[in-house]
Amino acid sequence: MQTTKRHPKKLLPHPRFSIFLLVLWLLMNESLAFAHVVLGLGLAWVIPFSSQQFWLEPSSLHHPTKILSYATRLAVDIARSNVAVAIRILRGAKGLQPAFIDYPLTIQHDFAITILASTISLTPGTVSAHISKDKKHLLFHVLHLEDEEQLRSDIFERYEQPLKEIFAC
Amino acid sequence: MVILEVSISLFLVIGALIALIGTIGLARLPDIYTRLHGPAKASTLGVGATLFGSFLYFTFFTEGVSMQEALITAFLFVTAPVSANMIAKAALHRGLKCVSNTKNKPWQ
Repeated sequence: MQTTKRHPKKLLPHPRFSIFLLVLWLLMNESLAFAHVVLGLGLAWVIPFSSQQFWLEPSSLHHPTKILSYATRLAVDIARSNVAVAIRILRGAKGLQPAFIDYPLTIQHDFAITILASTISLTPGTVSAHISKDKKHLLFHVLHLEDEEQLRSDIFERYEQPLKEIFAC
Repeated sequence: MVILEVSISLFLVIGALIALIGTIGLARLPDIYTRLHGPAKASTLGVGATLFGSFLYFTFFTEGVSMQEALITAFLFVTAPVSANMIAKAALHRGLKCVSNTKNKPWQ
C-alpha cells in the first residue's frame, strides 16, 4: 500500500469546497437566518480542515460541459438497467449467470477511477468490488453476464472514454 | 392540477414498487454478491422516483422550489456505491462463497 505523504496542516485547505459546503448547508435549511449562516460557516471550516489528510491529489477538469452529458447518460443508463435487473429478479435466481470481471483500467487518475467505480456500482447489474494495488485492474461483480466482450466494450465506450476526456488523463 | 396529482402518485407508486423488487431480490438471490444488486436498485431508481414525486409536490403545492430532494439524491448517489463497494470488498476478503455457477471466481 502506498503511504500518503503527510503535508503540514493548512488553515483553509479547500476554499472552494468550503464555499460549496456553506451553500449546501443554507440550501438544506432553506434559510438565511444568522444562526444558520454562523453554523454553516463553522461546518465549512471544520469539515475541510479535519479531513484534509484524506484528500486525493487535486484533479483538473478539462471539459466541464462534458460532465453534464456524462450525468445525463448515467441517469438514462441507471433507469434502463434498473428495469432489466428488476425483471431478472422477479424471474428468480435459476437462470442467473453471475460473474466476476477483471477490468483493465486505462485511466490512471485516482479521482477518475473513483468516479468510474462508482458509476459501475450505481448502474444496477454491476457492483465494483476491488481495485488492484497498482490501480490497473478493477474487479467487479455482474448479476447476469450475457456477453463479456460486449460488457467490456460498453463500459469502455460509455464511461471510461468520456471520463478520460473530462479529466484528460 | 389533476395531471400533476396523477403523475406525482405515479412516481410514488413506481418508486415504492422498485424498492419492493429490490427487497425481494435481497431476500431471494443466492449469495452475498448477487444480493448486493437488489438494494442497489432500491437506492437508485426507487428512492429517485419517490424523491422526484416529493419534489413535484412541494414545488407546486407549497410555496417556493424545493431543493432538498435534489440534495438527497446527490448524497445518495455519492454514498451508495461506496457502501456497496465496502460490503463486496469485505466479502472478498473473507472469501465468502458465491454460487457455484459464478464465472471467473477471483480467488482461484
